[in-house]
Amino acid sequence: MKILQYLVNGISIGSVYAIIALGYTMVYGIAKMLNFAHGDIIMVGAYISFSVTNYLGLPAILSVIISMAVCTALGVVIEGLAYRPLRGTPSLAVLITAIGVSYFLQNAAQLIWSSSPKNFTSIVNLAPLTLFGGQLVITGEVLTTVLVSILVMVGLMLFTGKTRTGKAMRAVSEDRDAAQLMGIPVNRTISITFAIGSALAAVAGVLLCSTVPTLQPTTGAMPGIRAFTAAVFGGIGSIPGAMLGGILLGLIETFSKAYISPQFSDAIVFSVLIIILLVKPAGLLGKQIQEKV
Amino acid sequence: MKKILAMVMALLMVMGMLAGCASGDAPETTAGTDSANTGGDGAVTPIKIGLTGPLTGSNAAYGLAVKAGMEIAVEEINANAAQNGGLTLEFRAEDDEADGEKGVSAYNSLKDWGMQIFAGAVTTSPSLTIAAETLNDQMFMLTPSASAVEIPATGSNVFQMCFTDPNQGASAAEVISKQWPDAAIGVIYDSSNPYSAGIYNGFAEKAEELGLNIVCETSFTEDSKSDLSTQVTQCQDAGADLVFLPFYYTEASQVLTYANTIGYAPTFFGCDGMDGILTVEGFDTQLAEGLALMTPFDANASDEATASFVAKFQEKMDGLVPNQFAADGYDVIYAIYDACVAAGVDGNTSTADICAALMEQFASMTFDGLTGKGMTWDETGMISKSPAAVVIKDGVYVPMS
Repeated sequence: MKILQYLVNGISIGSVYAIIALGYTMVYGIAKMLNFAHGDIIMVGAYISFSVTNYLGLPAILSVIISMAVCTALGVVIEGLAYRPLRGTPSLAVLITAIGVSYFLQNAAQLIWSSSPKNFTSIVNLAPLTLFGGQLVITGEVLTTVLVSILVMVGLMLFTGKTRTGKAMRAVSEDRDAAQLMGIPVNRTISITFAIGSALAAVAGVLLCSTVPTLQPTTGAMPGIRAFTAAVFGGIGSIPGAMLGGILLGLIETFSKAYISPQFSDAIVFSVLIIILLVKPAGLLGKQIQEKV
Repeated sequence: MKKILAMVMALLMVMGMLAGCASGDAPETTAGTDSANTGGDGAVTPIKIGLTGPLTGSNAAYGLAVKAGMEIAVEEINANAAQNGGLTLEFRAEDDEADGEKGVSAYNSLKDWGMQIFAGAVTTSPSLTIAAETLNDQMFMLTPSASAVEIPATGSNVFQMCFTDPNQGASAAEVISKQWPDAAIGVIYDSSNPYSAGIYNGFAEKAEELGLNIVCETSFTEDSKSDLSTQVTQCQDAGADLVFLPFYYTEASQVLTYANTIGYAPTFFGCDGMDGILTVEGFDTQLAEGLALMTPFDANASDEATASFVAKFQEKMDGLVPNQFAADGYDVIYAIYDACVAAGVDGNTSTADICAALMEQFASMTFDGLTGKGMTWDETGMISKSPAAVVIKDGVYVPMS
């Protein structure tokens, strides 16, 4: 019976990874850069939501909206100040800048909110579902996270597939120079990508901290790296891939913790990643792109 | 030739900047000379005590608490120096970010400042690297809160104010066998953390000796601690009715929250790293109701020394309630000061002579502080004090019967 509880735990953390991975994959797919600061924008999102509910006493749902607005602004400002000037330079320069932004955000958060951990009060107010006489408990957070991550995934797929801006994003992703020649405003498109990615990060932060309540300036770092792994796992750049990768990563992690060894769970997760990448170098759902000469 | 000249000029400028930095930092020093003069005995040279600890970074909460505790002790001592022959202290703290290498450079800059006694480090990794340096330098070292057993083993000049980890684990096993002899025990520990693993090892050894019924042993690592739901489920599955949590309150609050959501309510038992859980902002203290923990310091204790320390600490730290780290820091300064007064050393005594005198004092003295009465040290530098177990009732610590 406990196997079902582990399954639920795995899906719970997996869908948090998935929602973070969606942000990673979106920015990578379109701007072709690894935004390592994504995990820290998640942390900022969670802190904003925490501050709005605890210090201003506003309702939880409003805190999510404010947090999304702040993170969107933050994402656009970071993109404009730190990444845009580096457009056209080798990708390594942008990568290092992203790591710098990550440190900057962590230390800024420490200055503003101090390093002592805060306990995030879950914004989900649903009573847990208790099944099989208490043998299996599905918390409201799990249901919400799964639902939100599916909604976000479908929303993103529709957005990039159907809307004008979404099509522009795909064009920029395929060939930036050609897109510019066709009259697509590349800089604005990338800014919008960052805005959406960062708004998603705020949602991810709130859901992450509703599931795992400890909030510190380093909260976003480790889940960010895992979600990045999940995005690679599913095929970076692919939206359903990020979702699949996240859920699978959560499940493999939870089951290896429960049945093999909690200490080896990371080794197992990453071994699976290596095997998958050996067999399918572009990830589970990634497209193999032939470089034309 | 021109190049050499340019380099020499550059070097001179860099040195000038360094000197500038040094004088810029000067206000951080708690100067003791003023009070020494008002004490009527300006002839006694103050002793310089240094601390390294994580003042920034993810462990800054510990470093800042120790630093503030020490500063309070130094201020009190300097204000009352006249009663003790006018000996005053100068204190300075440097940031080591809880990192071994940064610890050594912080230690070296304290030595450049003229440090004679090292009252650090706050965390284990820098304490280990610095302990080796203090042995070379023949500098007395008393760490407030680094609890690894390897630290006092480095040299006979290295002492601890807190319990060693295995000792704490062994006392936890004793308390459990006395209070809950029939409990089915589950243990969750952080295998990547020397503090947690050290306590666990001491606990496991003693538990076997006492014949405790351990039904589930599980662990997590630094990298996987963001989700502990599996470990809690494992304990529940194994039918544990007492869960031992030898790690810090940051992770413990996660365990308590998750156990509450799935309706699992065993007795939780923690170590001194659990101290502080009630002060976590946003934490529902209702969840910690009935939580038992071992801590040498209780900020709610009614004795006068604790009350006055808590008041001073809150004034200094914007209302923050001091934890055990702050109290350890406070005790370290007083223990060093008492030993210095008893040995009759002052700032003019050489570092090596102070070290030798203090080693002799610590081996024989008995010290009463905030974190315990009748503390003594053995020749290896480990402390002996009685551990106090408390239970959280209505949001405050109540001594365990």
